Parts: sequence; structure tokens; C-alpha cells
Amino acid sequence: MSFKTVERKPLSFAERTYVPQILSGLKTTFKHMVKPKETLEYPEARPPIPNGYRGVPTLVKDPNGREKCVSCQLCEFVCPPKAIRIKPGEIAATSDEAHVEKAPEAFDIDMLRCIYCGLCQEVCPEEAIWLQNVFSMSGYTREEMVNDKERLYALGGTLPDDHFKWDKKKAAEKAGNAAH
Amino acid sequence: MIDLYLNLPVWVQSALKGLIAIGVLIPIAGACSMAERKISAWIQGRPGPNRAIVPWVAWIPFFGRFLQRLGVFHLMADGAKFVFKEDVVPGHVNKFYYYIAPLVALVPALCTVVVVPFGAYFDAATETLKPLILADVDIGLIAVFAIGSLGVYALILAGWASNSKYPFLGGVRASAQLISYELSMTLSVIPVFLWVNAPGGNGTMSLFDVVQAQSGPFLSWSGVWFVFYMPLCAFVFLIALFAETNRQPFDMPESEADLVGGFHTEYGEFKWSIFFVAEYAHMTIGSGVFVLLFLGGWNPLPWVPLEPLISGLPMWLGGLIAAGVFLGKTFFFIFLFMWVRWTLPRFRYDQVMKLGWQKLLPLAIGNVIFYALAIAVIELS
Repeated sequence: MSFKTVERKPLSFAERTYVPQILSGLKTTFKHMVKPKETLEYPEARPPIPNGYRGVPTLVKDPNGREKCVSCQLCEFVCPPKAIRIKPGEIAATSDEAHVEKAPEAFDIDMLRCIYCGLCQEVCPEEAIWLQNVFSMSGYTREEMVNDKERLYALGGTLPDDHFKWDKKKAAEKAGNAAH
Repeated sequence: MIDLYLNLPVWVQSALKGLIAIGVLIPIAGACSMAERKISAWIQGRPGPNRAIVPWVAWIPFFGRFLQRLGVFHLMADGAKFVFKEDVVPGHVNKFYYYIAPLVALVPALCTVVVVPFGAYFDAATETLKPLILADVDIGLIAVFAIGSLGVYALILAGWASNSKYPFLGGVRASAQLISYELSMTLSVIPVFLWVNAPGGNGTMSLFDVVQAQSGPFLSWSGVWFVFYMPLCAFVFLIALFAETNRQPFDMPESEADLVGGFHTEYGEFKWSIFFVAEYAHMTIGSGVFVLLFLGGWNPLPWVPLEPLISGLPMWLGGLIAAGVFLGKTFFFIFLFMWVRWTLPRFRYDQVMKLGWQKLLPLAIGNVIFYALAIAVIELS
């Protein structure tokens, strides 16, 4: 190994008194004082949320307004902190969507446990659960921090969807292969 | 109104003057704590406290919003918080001294104002400038030093009575620091009084006379402020003032980083806030003394003395202008204290001691010798 000795210049008298340095420091801070402020004043101004931000997990409906979740419980099984609880339910045979067969009767996500890992979104075969841009989840009680099905849908809203899997199935059921 | 005041018995006049002086000083000390928050915020690129508002002020269309953004009401919110929050007193403290320490801090801070003139008025009867002062005594500055340095007892008392290690260290540091810097501070003002007190005349330490010595007419020697004659004195005095008032970079007694808050670690609620009112009062008085000694007091500009400007005006208006000029300069120095606080990092304790004893004290002594010789040469020639 080779070493290179760095020559250190001795401090000049002015530098040893620190006074020029202090004055330049004061100049810098004064400039900052008159500069425009950089603070985002939060409740009024919101930060821009980048695409693909992993906020609070939500349930989404398809553009037809039908819930996409079929309560397969994959998200419940994959959830590392066990934050998701699903109670699967049948869809009544008389319903228009009877061919989907299942829909969650209850769907709770405990936000005190959720770690925003996004595995539920990854694993969902129906693209029904999405981590969206809600970043300020707060509440005063433990009960408030559990998102039930109603609130999950309210938060999730509707996302654009190319598949309409269950529409296609229904069309196939009615018209056979002629529909395609 | 003025006549009514002048016809009152002397003791009522004094009591009124005292109440007015304290009534001005305490709000300034309170406003300083607000200013500190705002200035620190501005330097750090934040808007600072700007949310609290009193409902009926919010109804004033433009002005209310302005005051809210300025954060004026946070002071009231702070005050309310200090009064109503739970008063935690640790079980291990020495109760008597623990409770008395904040008062010991506040009393000297408010007493020093007695001998500090905060303006002047033109007395038409005697055709001379008279100081706006509570007690115009000849020992002026000596009294400020003597009473002002009593403030350190509060720090030592608080540190000791808290019966806990960090406050104790804070108190010990405060005492050592005060002694170290008091020496330089006292030495740094000697040249000023050597200059003011002509040999053979009546010796005086009055701050009013110092300002009078700086208010000469245009292009005269006595019209130049002492900061231009004696920049080194002013410099040493200013540094010592920073150390005396425990402001950064010399706030060794507090230093949150290594002492958790120092002498007031065990204090909370209103007692804690009294310590801070005392600190800001000290700072205000210190800035005022600096302005009087080196920056011409209530004279608006060098070579522009106040006396001819206000001699034609009514007494109260002239006094108001003088006090305004003086307070304006003082506020600049309070601003400087805060500006420096958010610029410089805190010294290490050994650096503070080294700076005080090895740098500042020899500088102050050399300074005194230099000015003593220079003044002797001028007097002899």
C-alpha cells in the first residue's frame, strides 16, 4: 500500500479568530431567512402521490359497479401480519351475478396490523384489492382503525378494468362460444 | 395628563414608572420567545407557528389573517398551556429551593431595568436632556453588572435543588462560565468610562452620561459612537454578553445535547417559563446596555444627536421618539442574538473555558492597557 501525505496548510490568523467564518455563516443564514419557504402546509396542500404508491389497501369495484372480490381468501392467507379477515359468502342463486358464486360477506383489514407490504395486491387473482394513495389513516380508537368492507369500498372506488372476466363468463353461459 | 402626573407624590410617580418599565419589559421578553420561534423557522426555511387564532380576531378580514400567520396567538396558547398543564414536581427535589429558584432568576433580571435609561426627554424648564430612567444613579453600569450577575444564583440553585446529576452539572457550568466572562466584560467597558470621565471632573458610571458623550453635533469628535472608536471593546463586550446571557453558542448551562436541558431539566410548567422570561429579560437588558455603551443609545445616527430633533416637540412625543430609537436598536441586537443562535454550533465546554480565559481575557486586558495609554497621550498633548 502506498500512502500519500496530504499537506495541511496552517490556518491563517483570520481563520484562527473564526470571525470571517462566522460572518459568512451569518450571511448564509440570512439568505435562508429571506428565501421562500419550503414547507408544505399539510392539511391545505397535499403532497403529490407518485403512481404505484403503496398506501392503505382498499377494495375496488369494476366499472360495472360490481364487487370484484370472490372471497378466495388468498390475501388472508398470504398476509404476513394477519391483518385481513374474510368471511366468505355465497351469492344467492336468484342474483344476477349468481355465476360468480362467491363474494365476501365481511372483509376486515386491521390497519393497526397492516404493514403495507402489498402482498395481498400481488396475490389477488381478481385484482380486487389495491394499495392506493391514501396515506393518512388515523383514528381515535382501535375499532376505528379496522376497515370494514363498506369503508374499504368507499376508499377504493372504481378502477379501470380491461378484463370483465365475469361478464365474459356470463355471455359465454348465455350464448355459448358464439359470443366470441 | 402630564401635569396630573407631575403633581402626584414622588413615590406614586416612581411606582407608576416602575410598573410601566416592567409592563414593557415582560411583554418584550414574551415577544422574544415568539420571535425566537419565528426566526428559527425562517432560517430553517419553514413558516413557523402560524395556526392558533382567537375566534373574534379571525373575523377581522385581512388583519386577523396576518396576525395568525405571524403566529402572535401561539404566545397566548403557550401561556395557557403553562398555566393549565399538570405541574410535575419530582419527589427527590429540595422543595424550598426548587420553588424559589425561578423567582431568584426573575428578580435580578427585572431589577437591572431600574438603572438602564430607555430613552430621554427634553426638559423645557431646565433646557436639558433628561433620561427616561427609574433611578438615575451615578453607579449605573456597576449596578447592572452587580445585579445582573445575581441571575446565576438561580441557575446554581435550580441545578442543586433538583437533586439530579444533569441539572447539577448545568448549574456548575453556569457559575464557572459566568465568572470567566464577567471579567472580560467588566474590563471591556473600562476604556469607555476612561474616555467619558475627563480627569478632574466628576467621575460617573451612569449610562446616561455615556450616551451624552456620544451625542455631539455634525463632524465633531464626540458625535462618533464608541463602537467606531473602540471596536475591540464592543467585540469583547458582545461576546461576553452572549456568554453572560447563556445564549448559543455559549448556552452551556442548558445544552440539550449533553445535559438534557441542564439546570431546568426537572422543571416544568410555569416555573420553567419563568426561567425563560428571565433569560429574555436579561437578553433585552444586555442588548440595551450594549446599545447605550457603544451604539449611541437614543441618537438616531452618528453625528445626528437626538437633542435638537426633539427640543421643539412636546415632552411626551420627544420621549416616545427617543424610546423608539433606543428600542429599535435593542431589537436589532435581540435579533442578532437569535440570528447567531441558529447559525453557530454550540461550543464544547473546554472550548468555552479556553476562549474565556486564554483568548478573551488577555485581549480585554491588552485592550484596557492600549486605551489607557492612548487616552493618556491625548490628554497630555
